Amino acid sequence: MASITEDSVKPAEKPARVKGPLIYRQSILTRLTHWVWAICLFFLLFSGLNIFNAHPTLYVGQQSSFPDLQAGKPSFNAAWLDIGAVNTDNGPRGQTTLLGHTFDTTGVLGLSGDPNDSNGYRAFPEWLTIPNWYDLASARVVHFFFAWVLVATLLIWLVASILNRHIADIPPTATDLRHLPRDVLNHLRLRFEHGRKYNVLQKIAYSVVLFILFPLIVATGLTMSPGMDSRLPWLLDFFGGRQTARSIHFLTMSAFVLFFVVHIVMVLLAGPFNELRQMITGRYRAGSDVPFDASKRDKP
Amino acid sequence: MNRQLLLNRRRLLGLGAASASTLMLSGCDQFNFVSDQSNPLRNVLTSANDVTYRVQRLLLGQNALAQEYTEADIKQAMRPNGSTDPQTPEYLAVKASNFASYQLKVTGLVEKPLSFSLAQLKALPARTQITRHDCVEGWSCIAKWKGPQLGPILDQAGVKPEAKYCLYHCYDTMDDGLGGSVPYYETSDLIDAHHPQTILAYSMNDMNLPIANGAPVRVRIERALGYKQAKYVHTVELVSSFANVGDGKGGYWEDNGYDWYAGI
Repeated sequence: MASITEDSVKPAEKPARVKGPLIYRQSILTRLTHWVWAICLFFLLFSGLNIFNAHPTLYVGQQSSFPDLQAGKPSFNAAWLDIGAVNTDNGPRGQTTLLGHTFDTTGVLGLSGDPNDSNGYRAFPEWLTIPNWYDLASARVVHFFFAWVLVATLLIWLVASILNRHIADIPPTATDLRHLPRDVLNHLRLRFEHGRKYNVLQKIAYSVVLFILFPLIVATGLTMSPGMDSRLPWLLDFFGGRQTARSIHFLTMSAFVLFFVVHIVMVLLAGPFNELRQMITGRYRAGSDVPFDASKRDKP
Repeated sequence: MNRQLLLNRRRLLGLGAASASTLMLSGCDQFNFVSDQSNPLRNVLTSANDVTYRVQRLLLGQNALAQEYTEADIKQAMRPNGSTDPQTPEYLAVKASNFASYQLKVTGLVEKPLSFSLAQLKALPARTQITRHDCVEGWSCIAKWKGPQLGPILDQAGVKPEAKYCLYHCYDTMDDGLGGSVPYYETSDLIDAHHPQTILAYSMNDMNLPIANGAPVRVRIERALGYKQAKYVHTVELVSSFANVGDGKGGYWEDNGYDWYAGI
């Protein structure tokens, strides 16, 4: 008897959690291109690190600087990042020089494997490259294949997003920007909005990726092509030289890695199930403050 | 019940995410098959190089010029790469004569095979260009090159219609991967061969071409990467295919997995 009373009382004491509507937020093209980009960036990153290892120095300007070839000329140093290995009293050490400051990076950069095996002496460790050993020719095969897939998918996304107006969801509006301080505070408190539209920090992040990082990494990639340089010499002027373009390509890659880390952390904090469902089925469980709207293909 | 299911799903997703990231960090070795040139999946990936070649040929046209620089941009000697001091008997013999016995031959699918001494090459109208050499490794170096254009020499020899490529035979040898050595060889299509900036350079930075940089003659194909700029060239042979060239990919580095076009 007692249990019956308890059962009948419980729901009244503890109000059922009110669910927001299941809204349709991502079209099939947005979802497909998202995953194709994820695959492309994976292969481009790790094959790119293999390519970088072929000459692990970055410069500013049209050309590299080689101090040993400058006899009888004013010395010229254009390098700003150099990863290598040196012999010290304590044996060989991995060493990274960034803007004139030298750091011991043994174990990660410059020397990350067996010091008695030449394969240990790589700028980026071999386990972080595709393939898993230094192979410039094969890394270039992988890199250019996925570069083409990426560019094709970016174009498909651009056309589709203009046609289905998804592109208007991405740049932050003036109203969004007014909410920026509040949104930053909410994110710091790990309180996330689950609205119909992206919040302002999402819009800023996706705008940077889609309208700055993607065009930049493609354009700097093309600037490294001597063939394309003959057709589009202004690319060299725009980026300040082929070696600067190579540097920007590397920095843009670093920005993509940073974006990826933040992106994954945000997915985990905001509810990985809901976020993954959104990018697989297109449907997203909005917050309970979001009103149900059948005209927008909402589901309970 | 529902809630518990959700939690389990969440835990499952978390596990999935964790294992996916482990795979990403340690799993690059899953893709080592790309190093195997006979792997069919690698051949799918290399098809992207054909796309690059076709698209760039379409976009570039025949005569778009590589950027040329000024004297002020020559800030260092040209970085030597690959062979820097060939030791084959044939090369040592022409070197001993201070290249007086050197002959550049134009052979293969031509109406009239030609042969030029170094003095004869130097007597031809020459083009001087300050260009950027881009190595496939990623570095660049600016230098001044001088020599006759290859196009008019080919016209003089009369290229037969069935000829499709120039095959550059070199004095220097490379590791053949079997413990032996093989003379360096490289090819270009006839568009690159006739390009206005394609020259047989005998001079670099106002000096005779140094031995480390390919003396007495190297080819400059300015819209391509360094491995197209064959050094120590003694013969330009017109061929219709790569069938009888090395392993059939059109060049020493191409046979070692690098793309033939080399414009990117």
